[in-house]
Amino acid sequence: MAIFRDFSNQKRDRSAGDINRHKELVKKNLQQGIADIIAEEAIIGKSKSKTIKVPIKGIKEYRFIFGKNQKGVAQGTGNEQKGQVLQEGQQGQGQPGSGEAGNQAGEDIYETEITIEEAINLMFDDLELPKLERKKFLEVEVETNRRLLGYRKKGIRIRLSKRKTLINRLKRKNAVKDTLEEGESFPFNNNDLVYKKTVKDITHQSNAVVFCIMDTSGSMDQVKKYLARSFYFLLYQFIQTRYRNTEIVFIAHHTEAKEVSEDDFFHKVESGGTYISSGYKKALEVIEERYNPSLWNIYAFHCSDGDNFSEDNKAAVETAQQLCDLCNLFGYGEIKPDTGFSWSGMIDEFKKIQSDNFISLQIRGKEDVWPAFKKFLTFDKAQFQ
Amino acid sequence: MADWSIKDLEEWNEKIEALVKEMGLDCYPQEFEICDYHDMLGYQSYSGMPSRYPHWSFGKSFEKQKMVYQHGMGGLAYEIVINTNPCLAYLMIDNPLSMQILTMAHVFGHNDFFKNNIHFSQTRADLALEMFKRHANRVRSYIEDPGIGYEKVERILDAAHAISFQCDRNAFLRALTESDFRKRSDNKAQEDKWEHLTYKNGHQNVEVKPDLEYDLILFIRDNQPFLSEWEKDLLTIVRDETQYFLPQMETKIMNEGWASFWHYTILNRLNLPPNIHMDFIRSHNQVIRPHVGGLNPYHIGYCLFNKLAGSDGHQIEYEINKQIFDVRRIDRDSSFLRRFLTQELAQELHLFEYSTQGNTTYISEIADKHGWEKVRESLISNIGLNSIPIIQVKEISSKNELILKHNYDNRELELKYLEKTLEHVNTLWANTVIIETVIDNQPTRFKYKNGKFSRMADKPENKL
Repeated sequence: MAIFRDFSNQKRDRSAGDINRHKELVKKNLQQGIADIIAEEAIIGKSKSKTIKVPIKGIKEYRFIFGKNQKGVAQGTGNEQKGQVLQEGQQGQGQPGSGEAGNQAGEDIYETEITIEEAINLMFDDLELPKLERKKFLEVEVETNRRLLGYRKKGIRIRLSKRKTLINRLKRKNAVKDTLEEGESFPFNNNDLVYKKTVKDITHQSNAVVFCIMDTSGSMDQVKKYLARSFYFLLYQFIQTRYRNTEIVFIAHHTEAKEVSEDDFFHKVESGGTYISSGYKKALEVIEERYNPSLWNIYAFHCSDGDNFSEDNKAAVETAQQLCDLCNLFGYGEIKPDTGFSWSGMIDEFKKIQSDNFISLQIRGKEDVWPAFKKFLTFDKAQFQ
Repeated sequence: MADWSIKDLEEWNEKIEALVKEMGLDCYPQEFEICDYHDMLGYQSYSGMPSRYPHWSFGKSFEKQKMVYQHGMGGLAYEIVINTNPCLAYLMIDNPLSMQILTMAHVFGHNDFFKNNIHFSQTRADLALEMFKRHANRVRSYIEDPGIGYEKVERILDAAHAISFQCDRNAFLRALTESDFRKRSDNKAQEDKWEHLTYKNGHQNVEVKPDLEYDLILFIRDNQPFLSEWEKDLLTIVRDETQYFLPQMETKIMNEGWASFWHYTILNRLNLPPNIHMDFIRSHNQVIRPHVGGLNPYHIGYCLFNKLAGSDGHQIEYEINKQIFDVRRIDRDSSFLRRFLTQELAQELHLFEYSTQGNTTYISEIADKHGWEKVRESLISNIGLNSIPIIQVKEISSKNELILKHNYDNRELELKYLEKTLEHVNTLWANTVIIETVIDNQPTRFKYKNGKFSRMADKPENKL
């Protein structure tokens, strides 16, 4: 006679350890591909708490398996004809599930939902982040929130301390208890009421401002702008993880420069020539006006396709030099999506800059954005360690 | 809430067990555990074992099955039964009574199969639970050993898992070891009646080379001098557990067919109340329905056993052909299909063979007069271990490279997987690994050396 045992209400989770380990490995996997996901256009400019669906390639358990030339057998409806085409499509997708596990190079794709912030953190984890220099006087007193401290007699109802109030009433009652008749009510008195007191919490914080300077001249097409935009997005996010107060200034320039909104910055195409120095001059102006370098960590980054009117080159180098003196880090990214022979020479021009907090990068395509960014940061790291 | 109590189950079980005996099934003592879906998923990902060593792949399997289940794509077994003595089966608490009755009858079918099928005779069912428990304890002790730790254990387990199916495919027909060979050839030499006439160069042991070694894990364990004892032990553990599960892979169709045949036969004789009977018929049809575009082992196995038992598929009362008991004893899926899948049945099951050329998948054979045998062979080559390439150890070169040979049967190896698997072999062998295979009809060799995978330029001298 069979034995029955009821274990259904025994809560046990034997798989927890292995599930966690698997998650760890998946996370590692996710880290490797995260740069691609972050650089997707749809994400840029979205709020950080927005969740995105991220496909993760499962951790494969590799074995010797068959690849090409493998025939399969399946059950049909009985109307199959020899030579009938079942599926046309990409390589490797063409097999109806043959019911046999382990004999196909099937991809396990998991989808996980993470917030953009988590994704960014994952990505930055990968970087072994530099400890950015904290300028000595950069810290500003900021009122972050209020916290409870002590009690007071007056206050708003929500901060009423029920415990203290009750104790007060009990004390009063105890004092007069001999005079009280049985069953006589003993109501709260206004004097019993005690409120919690709050104080402002002052913390010291450092500030950062990111100058995004972009060439919006006619030669910067959508592709180039997109690359610039991905780069700025990363930069902005990165700075945000480092500093509580991050401001961002968008400067668009062609032959003239102006401060613009984020939307205009990324979407408006202007035509005309390019005076790179105009953008730098504008940045210098803004710094002068609003961001005293002794209070602010200043990061500036300029994206351009490098086509500058040659008469401006000298001015550009000069202003860049000035910017370097004011900024923690000043970067120049030259975007040339086409393989181009005409790597025209702003990068070469900028070699004249002597500052050691200047960096120039080349971005050819989407896949370069992340390495360029990494280089930017590792440069930063080397600088400030 | 469930529409049944343990007592109901016991009552129905009594009736089922009586029928099981009457029908001639021969089972281990049976034990049922009732558990919830979470535990069920857990058992499913640990192959039903109450205790197994920790490894992330089980966690992966759990997550996957949970996802499938939560998306309502099925995925949760009605029952899990494991090959142990006493036979242990899990029933899920959320199933209705009709399902539990069907499941219990089904379990007895598996139970009988485990006990009687000859390919399970080497699995030592009465020690199985104990074995898995001991293995788990040993692996945990290595993990806890401060000199070893999780990562190192995982590294070896990952590598061992990668080649765990590269082994003797039939534990029952064990390949001869080198010493067996030597003995045999010695005997032969002595039996040679004309021996005295042959010229002999002093007394010499006949040089025997063992047949190519199939058991990759064992070979590495015994021939890689730098493995530590705990590493060897991990290899042994993975190998032993694989050996335990192989018969189940090799008899999937038969096992499920046999169990489905018996649950159907038994439940039809149980005098179920009409509502339960209707539920049972519905669930039964659900279980054995053909999966169009795939293969349902329940369906195929059920149809074959039904035919062998002499059922016409509709009749309930008929004389069951006792031959089926012999079939369940001696066959496994490949021999079962080869012997009993007729053209008629192949057509009934709507089997067809498909191939992929370039990006197109097309039907290459159907089960008609001309094609059904090809379809059958193709089916056989796709089930159980036949769907896994045979890789043998060819030799160890003078430079201590491990040379493997793929037994090419017109199916090429998947190269990405080959690379990664060789990496695992390399982890264990700790030296260069070379594999001989055929790509695009050309004998080809691949090498994994110092973290690099490469195709070797020269052709191997011997013909493949």
